[in-house]
Amino acid sequence: MHIGLFVPCFIDAFYPKVGIATLELLERLGCRVDYPFDQTCCGQPMVNAGCHAEAAATEQLFVDNFAAYDAIVAPSGSCVHQVRDNLTAIEQTPAVKHVRENTFELVEYLHDVLEVEAFPWACFPHRVGYHDSCNTLRHLGHGKPSELYGPSFSKPRTMLSKVEGVELVTPDRPDECCGFGGTFSATEPEVSGQMGRDKIADHGRAGADYIVSADTSCLMHQAGCAKRIGAGIQFRHIAEILNGANA
Amino acid sequence: MASDNGANATSEAQPRPAKPGAGKRVDHAAGARQFLAATEHAESHDERVWAMRQRRDAAVETIPEWEELRDLASQIKTHALTHLDEYLEQFEANAKANGIHVHWAADAADHNRIVHEIFQENGVQRVIKSKSMLMEECGFRQYMDAAGFDMIETDLGERIQQLDDEDPSHVVVPAVHKMRSDVSQVFSKTLDSDPGNDDAHYLTEHQRQATRPLILDADAGMTGANFAIAETGGFVVCTNEGNADLSANVPNLHVASIGIEKVVPRVEDMGVFIRMLSRSALGSPITQYTSHFRGPKPGGETHIVLVDNGRSERLGSEKFWSALKCIRCGACMNTCPVFRRSGGLSYGATYTGPLGLILDPSIDARRYSNLPFASTLNGSCTNVCPVKINIHEQIFEWRKVLAEDKQVPWTKRSSLAAAGRVLASPKSYRAALKTAHSALHYLPDWAIYNRLNAWGQVRDLPDVPAEGTFHDWYRKHRLNTAEAGDNE
Ligand code: SF4
Repeated sequence: MHIGLFVPCFIDAFYPKVGIATLELLERLGCRVDYPFDQTCCGQPMVNAGCHAEAAATEQLFVDNFAAYDAIVAPSGSCVHQVRDNLTAIEQTPAVKHVRENTFELVEYLHDVLEVEAFPWACFPHRVGYHDSCNTLRHLGHGKPSELYGPSFSKPRTMLSKVEGVELVTPDRPDECCGFGGTFSATEPEVSGQMGRDKIADHGRAGADYIVSADTSCLMHQAGCAKRIGAGIQFRHIAEILNGANA
Repeated sequence: MASDNGANATSEAQPRPAKPGAGKRVDHAAGARQFLAATEHAESHDERVWAMRQRRDAAVETIPEWEELRDLASQIKTHALTHLDEYLEQFEANAKANGIHVHWAADAADHNRIVHEIFQENGVQRVIKSKSMLMEECGFRQYMDAAGFDMIETDLGERIQQLDDEDPSHVVVPAVHKMRSDVSQVFSKTLDSDPGNDDAHYLTEHQRQATRPLILDADAGMTGANFAIAETGGFVVCTNEGNADLSANVPNLHVASIGIEKVVPRVEDMGVFIRMLSRSALGSPITQYTSHFRGPKPGGETHIVLVDNGRSERLGSEKFWSALKCIRCGACMNTCPVFRRSGGLSYGATYTGPLGLILDPSIDARRYSNLPFASTLNGSCTNVCPVKINIHEQIFEWRKVLAEDKQVPWTKRSSLAAAGRVLASPKSYRAALKTAHSALHYLPDWAIYNRLNAWGQVRDLPDVPAEGTFHDWYRKHRLNTAEAGDNE
């Protein structure tokens, strides 16, 4: 297995630690990981706003960067959803199909492909509220959404429960959207901000010290809302915790 | 179905998003901003509507075959819609055989004219009606007002909205955005109730006493229908207040307005839909009144107006036809975090919430071009929908259609085109990062997809990381300079 690491544009710019943790974690788990140097973005900003034609060249660049790898792994559920389900602005060549079928979000790669049983290097002695991003939960199948009937499961919580010291707490609305929503955060700032503040408050009531997620964009939005209102809660990407960050 | 009238009281004025005039675009974000500014209303609305979603979850928990029921309901609707012509003909023939007059209306104007004519022929002056979204869609209230008829709503929530001269904000609970104090105000202005009394029982009873005589005096009654059954020519109306029975049975003349998509093949199908409708809507096992109408009462007369109003055209659209499966349970609204925080009136349309986002643009793409963007695409609507409409995928698809149709503002399209050009070129992308003095300069262009001020208005920006970009870190720690790419 030769993995191509995809570090989405906003993680590259603002959250390099998330990219580093993802890379180091995969390497610790014995993977051979490359970071293709000419990567930029998956095309989601344009596609999310309905502008598919405007995304075509970016989608093509993505495919060109990653077509040679057996698997493409990214620490961002929404970008993986874009690649897997919506990268359709360009002709669906065998290379495009290969890339779309073999792009994984980090948690599902750990859970489904590597079937990781332990993170012996990790210890996170804090109360954690896990934020199910809508893209990972409902579009990538990280777990059972609260509105569907069926047995409960959660891949990210299963992974976090293997980390020493993690105490998971559950908010009242466990999988309510936090209001980021890509283009939505800019077209509807008031509703988006209200949802973000509600989310933080819900986690706070449940006693969380940290909000942890597999989607950096949700964390960026919630952290921005928290900072604006002076809420003390902290934010970490799940990759950082699984890789051994301890605060 | 019934309106939940138990919300709190407040002295805060009810937010009233302005409805844009003809030819204007609905600005959902502006309506939402106004709604959220009335904080007590906003908080109460979110909580009340969320409570319905929770009651729905609890009801679903008791039905182990819930997901199979959803499949079955979806299949029945798909079958009915793909054989719609046959079932409509069958329905018409059977309804006529039962002694019902059947009319066909191509559009809203047709519907209003047909009903008007029926009333004129029968010397009708005062009409009672049971809440019907189709009549709202046809602008029937306003039409009847202009034509000089007295129309009295028999559904409590809808009656409140009627007295307040406001549209329903939700397909099941039309006055859910109002608090008790708002209702008290409306009634004191229109029904002469005690302005200082906002007790729910007092208000309900006062309304009842004021309206009953009007109901008992009516010349004609109107209902919609939740289902029309092809094999019997009968139709089914579900209410929690029994108000459809009042509308249909008190006067001798009953007119039912029915959208053509309401036809299902068999009575047996009711076993599936009736189990799902109220559980999805309010979490109750069944509506209080599930009324089957099969023909006129002795000495009475029943008319059905089958309304198309764009439905057959929608049926022909590959991407959006399945929205016709909708049984108007409102579950998608209750689960929608945007609906809960913006209120139904902010949609400026008959159909609100996720359902509205996929129906309204097909009614008027320009007027409702902003609505498909009033969603985070979280997908919960799709999961709660009892007939399995892929709601969030249709919202996503509408964005594309609207962008291609140039209904998305030019500034937005051109900034995304610019973003697309930068992101398609590693060189310009790296340059954009490098030339930026701080996050403030490059964030809006490509990371946040849109205007900086929209982001900064409610949120702080992330700090610029000390270690530089991931790219920088990788180059420094993992590569020899010789190996590094050129696109710095
Ligand atoms: S779209 Fe589905 S969930 Fe929404 S009102 Fe219609 S049937 Fe109910």
